Amino acid sequence: MLRYALLRLLGAIPTLLLVIILAFLMVHAAPGGPFDAERALPADVAEKIEAAYHLDEPLPKQFLRYMSGVLKGDLGPSYRYRDRSVSELIGSGFPVSLKLGLLAFGLASLLGLSAGTFAALRQGSMLDRVVMSFAMTGVSVPVFVVGPVLVLVFAVKLHWLPAGWSGASGPAKYVLPVITLALPQIAYIARLTRASMIEVLGRDFIRTARAQGLATKTIIRIHALKPTMLPVLSYMGPAIAAILTGSVVVEEVFGIPGLGQFFVRGALNRDYTLVLGIVIFYAALIIVLNLIVDILYGVIDPRVRQQ
Amino acid sequence: MKKSAGILLVMLLLAIVGPWLSPHDYLATNFNALLNAPQLSGAHLFGTDDLGRDLFVRTMLGIRVTLLVAIVASFVSLVIGVTYGAVAGYVGGRVDAVMMRFVDTLYALPFIFLVILLMVAFERNFLLIFVAIGAINWLDMARIVRGQTLSLREREFVEAAKLTGISTARIIFRHIAPNLLGIVVVYVTLTIPQAILVESFLSFLGLGIQEPQTSLGALVDAGVSQMERAPWMLLIPATLLALILMSFNFLGDALRDFFDARQSK
Repeated sequence: MLRYALLRLLGAIPTLLLVIILAFLMVHAAPGGPFDAERALPADVAEKIEAAYHLDEPLPKQFLRYMSGVLKGDLGPSYRYRDRSVSELIGSGFPVSLKLGLLAFGLASLLGLSAGTFAALRQGSMLDRVVMSFAMTGVSVPVFVVGPVLVLVFAVKLHWLPAGWSGASGPAKYVLPVITLALPQIAYIARLTRASMIEVLGRDFIRTARAQGLATKTIIRIHALKPTMLPVLSYMGPAIAAILTGSVVVEEVFGIPGLGQFFVRGALNRDYTLVLGIVIFYAALIIVLNLIVDILYGVIDPRVRQQ
Repeated sequence: MKKSAGILLVMLLLAIVGPWLSPHDYLATNFNALLNAPQLSGAHLFGTDDLGRDLFVRTMLGIRVTLLVAIVASFVSLVIGVTYGAVAGYVGGRVDAVMMRFVDTLYALPFIFLVILLMVAFERNFLLIFVAIGAINWLDMARIVRGQTLSLREREFVEAAKLTGISTARIIFRHIAPNLLGIVVVYVTLTIPQAILVESFLSFLGLGIQEPQTSLGALVDAGVSQMERAPWMLLIPATLLALILMSFNFLGDALRDFFDARQSK
């Protein structure tokens, strides 16, 4: 098991390195410097600024300097927020996004798994059809459509919930953002769980369990749930990535001061170092979380470890 | 499935002729008709936006741009994916192992963030959006095409083609590729909604299609900023976008089931 985990860990390093190199090259291949948008600077001032940000050095040297910073957790200065470093900005935005993401992930897993299981147990029933048509809609409708429509209905028209983040107090302000973020994932997980559960319930060992006279509840809990979880678990990686991407939209729609908002603002303001830093941070996060899912997969299913 | 295909056909038709159905120009502003509500008999079927521009013609244009970006981007991913997968599958051996290992590595990349980075670095250029979206969607296609090619490689007609002494490249593109058509069509129907999603996501954030051009994602974005006074600006493009995505997903799923059933016979 330890060997399997270590191998997975080693496999993640080249991926992360590839992201950093690609992202770094993209930013540095950009036509024009990061300070071009402002008033034309006198040549000597421009030179001094470039020297201060080490932009006058050859590219490989800049990259090595950046890499050694990344290893120490230093992602350089922000070009726009002059007195703050990229790491500080990430540190201030991430806790908010993390809380939002965890709540959405928890809600999606809980509702998705139970809805999928119930639908599978009553295959073809009214409940099944309702759950599945909801799931198909949820999979297709993007977060940036769900969010604004929910705000329009529940905040603007009905006044049940606050529309924005600032000004609202208490847990009420979490309701709409978390539901918006979780909805597509609930739909996806429900679909996967249903398909997987139906497949598992058709297998021989379930028939044996039934033949032994076990109650349906016991069969589901003890025998069917674990194999059902496997395909669902392998979706957890993409689900995490989708929630991260979704949180960029949700933070923009609800005005939440999280990492996603910094990312979009940075992108619109051409704050290269901030965007580069956040891309690397997101990539590292996704890769590490995928790694954890992979290892969990190995824990649940010993067959995976052998390969 | 018929319903989905019908809806998509209507959307395609609207994308082509829609902008000409209206007497208004998509750029023309009218400060006497700001934020007019939609009316069936009036001058503006879908109402007007905060600059007094006719929303019917802008919505039609949005459908056109959204579908165009998606189709071109899917074509880009099709070309890359089919070439990559067919070469890996046909050549096989160590080349195949290395090529597929590379695809596995790319799977773990958070592409959407790299695309945003690309948009930041190189201005928001139309062509770049096509290529960037296409370049992230070819991985599934490459895997599926490789799998098919592995089995096609062993068939007699490939053996016969080899005996005639033509080049490997010719075998791949003239003899293998045409036989992949069925499965490629199925996966393109599933790639198009993904491309639509990426394009409208970028446009929604203000990083994709730029004013005065528009797409459904950009229209939803504009609708969000006016939703308290003019909810139709949000609801009309949001509904159309959801409808298009749902139809593509239904159609793709149905086609895949149909194809799988035929394969397993």
